[in-house]
Amino acid sequence: MSDSKQIGAESSPEARRNLPPLSLHVPEPKFRPGDTADFAHFEIPPAGSTPRPDEAAAAGDMRDLAYGLVRVLDDEGQAVGPWDPKLPAETLLKILRAMALTRAFDERMFRAQRQGKTSFYMKSTGEEAVSVGAALALQRDDMCFPSYRQQGILLARDWPMIDMMNQIYSNKGDRLKGRQLPIMYSAREAGFFSISGNLTTQYPQAVGWAMASAARGDTRIAATWCGEGSTAEGDFHSACTFASVYRAPVIMNVVNNQWAISSFSGFAGAEATTFAARAVGYGIAGLRIDGNDALAVYAATRWAADRARSNGGPTLIEHFTYRAEGHSTSDDPGQYRSADEGSHWPLGDPIARLKTHCIALGIWDEERHAAMDVELATQVRDAAREAEKNGILGHGLHHHRMETMFEQVFEDMPWHLEEQRDQMLREAKAAGL
Amino acid sequence: MNMIQAINSAMDVMMDRDSTVVVMGEDVGFFGGVFRATAGLQKKYGKNRVFDTPITECGIIGVAVGMGAYGLRPVPEIQFADYIYPALDQLVSEAARLRYRSAGEFIAPMTVRSPFGGGIFGGQTHSQSPEGIFTHVSGIKTVIPSTPYDAKGLLIAAIEDNDPTIFFEPKRIYNGPFDGHYDTPARNWGGHRDAQVPSGYYKVELGKARTVRAGEALTILCYGTMVHVVEETVTMTGVDAEIIDLRTLVPLDIEAIEASVKKTGRCLIVHEATRTSGFGAELLALVQERCFYHLEAPIERVTGFDTPYPHSLEWAYFPGPVRIREAINKILKD
Ligand SMILES: Cc1ncc(C[n+]2csc(CCOP(=O)(O)OP(=O)(O)O)c2C)c(N)n1
Repeated sequence: MSDSKQIGAESSPEARRNLPPLSLHVPEPKFRPGDTADFAHFEIPPAGSTPRPDEAAAAGDMRDLAYGLVRVLDDEGQAVGPWDPKLPAETLLKILRAMALTRAFDERMFRAQRQGKTSFYMKSTGEEAVSVGAALALQRDDMCFPSYRQQGILLARDWPMIDMMNQIYSNKGDRLKGRQLPIMYSAREAGFFSISGNLTTQYPQAVGWAMASAARGDTRIAATWCGEGSTAEGDFHSACTFASVYRAPVIMNVVNNQWAISSFSGFAGAEATTFAARAVGYGIAGLRIDGNDALAVYAATRWAADRARSNGGPTLIEHFTYRAEGHSTSDDPGQYRSADEGSHWPLGDPIARLKTHCIALGIWDEERHAAMDVELATQVRDAAREAEKNGILGHGLHHHRMETMFEQVFEDMPWHLEEQRDQMLREAKAAGL
Repeated sequence: MNMIQAINSAMDVMMDRDSTVVVMGEDVGFFGGVFRATAGLQKKYGKNRVFDTPITECGIIGVAVGMGAYGLRPVPEIQFADYIYPALDQLVSEAARLRYRSAGEFIAPMTVRSPFGGGIFGGQTHSQSPEGIFTHVSGIKTVIPSTPYDAKGLLIAAIEDNDPTIFFEPKRIYNGPFDGHYDTPARNWGGHRDAQVPSGYYKVELGKARTVRAGEALTILCYGTMVHVVEETVTMTGVDAEIIDLRTLVPLDIEAIEASVKKTGRCLIVHEATRTSGFGAELLALVQERCFYHLEAPIERVTGFDTPYPHSLEWAYFPGPVRIREAINKILKD
């Protein structure tokens, strides 16, 4: 006889008194393919209406901000309210340009994947403000621990596109020696930590880096990014605990783009509260901001950076945004979400919004913007052509030497890897390679 | 010194020599660790370098990866090896691969200390030997000392090493050697030849095994607590065995193993960890691959059983002198 008892089917009559049956709540997004999207249920406060506390304010005194939405750019493209960072024209145009470059880069690399030049690509369309706005609000030597959708950080930091493309093509120019999936960049010099394919592992790592910086009396801070779906991972919560306990100088960004592949944000807990509100339970400053508003992203990041730099501790920023395209080149969002969601998204397009602002300020115009788009597309095309000279994936001729496979597993190669390397080289020789 | 003092001394020496060495873990700071391995370090080096952590192993190792990337040399403690599983992803996917995936741009030069193994009535959750999980992972080193002298020298070598290292401390022999006779009074390290531990800096190189006893009849491969149990059994039976303490499983001293087995023609492998897919299986395969034509008897394994560690039946589970003696007899029979 088995010593385990089944619960439920044969539970005792006493256990099945006259109670209504329980029911399990399984979240369901508001719109599926074929539905007309309508975001009227979102509470979107007017730009400029959210107060801006002092950077030194106690986390407990600013709980409302975790449930609100910091917005700077209004519908007319005016920058309004206490969060307006009042940036000089030069900086505004720099942000605009880096966002447009990110989009042009994404377009080109997406097409390269479709042309079979690489295995995989992920766009950040609609989320360019999140990475570009933050990157330019940080110091260049602050360390970023990104997820896979923050290519805008590298581009905003003027990192060579050819280097990024070499990585995407896994060719002989790839500094990572073709070891990582495309877009999993690493650029220490650009303050860009090696990207992991395991979600949210970068979160505690960023906190550790920030703690080390604090323990050494450094002045640099760390910042990290993950998607809203990824906040469900244990690493996220470990990181929040550590960040709170040691008041680590770190900025923890949650990019709420509404979707985690085909799972809507409800599966990470969005029906119950906001993601910024995760901060409340940890006693961390939490800000919920309009992630399609580059000025809000810039201002919030600067606020959090100043707070961190003055030993005020960590800030968790939820960037409320929308993933305008598929999850990756392997994804077809038409299968699971309403086709017109993107066009109904109430917070608009981040590049269009900043462009309107710059035009309203009189520092920019449509002609210059159109010319810039052409110029950037050309720049990206030229870089891609250069990178392709180093090879494309699967081409066979432009890979790193085979034996590099065994290098850097350890600092020095142990005997068993040497033996395996020699075996591989013998096999290759026998095969006439 | 006993093994805990030796381990403490290793951290002390390294913290003194290198200001980037930091010690972290649950209860390691003010209290000095539940086994007292970090006692006195916080007082001496301050809270910036020795600190208590929240109870989140995934957080401890994830934070240590970030600290390593910054340029520190963290020495995180996982209070018991049984609790390393929540940190597994950070060790396996992150620490172990960071150098490789970033082509050397970032490294995670950490030494994860953790007491492991049974024989202390620790039940299922304070007795496990998970070394086989780590030896299966590319990019991480696994070190297991069996004496105070080695514990200090190997720990210093591990802390200086630029690769992530798992340093498993056989807690059964923290305070004294254990010969497998649980019903006789506990011994201490006093007077043991390998408990003469220099107070200053010295290293025991990783990847080099130790010949505990030279012999001609058979080779016994072992590590950790088992080294002492094997030694006692060999002394008891009077068999002329060569005992090899592996000290590090990755990198492994294959030369020492090969030379010994080729000389004796017979081989026994002993470990506490469960049998199936344990490190013994790897050793057995290596000996078979390299020494087959020198073997005069089948290779034998003595290991823990493939069950969770049973609390009350601990001594029936523990690979003790009886099981080892039987295996030796079997090997020597033909
Ligand atoms: C630990 C882990 N589990 C699952 C996956 C597979 N996966 C890759 S991306 C993704 C969705 C992530 O969504 P989100 O965090 O919201 O980020 P987004 O892609 O929307 O930017 C999943 C499930 C993974 N990479 N790592």
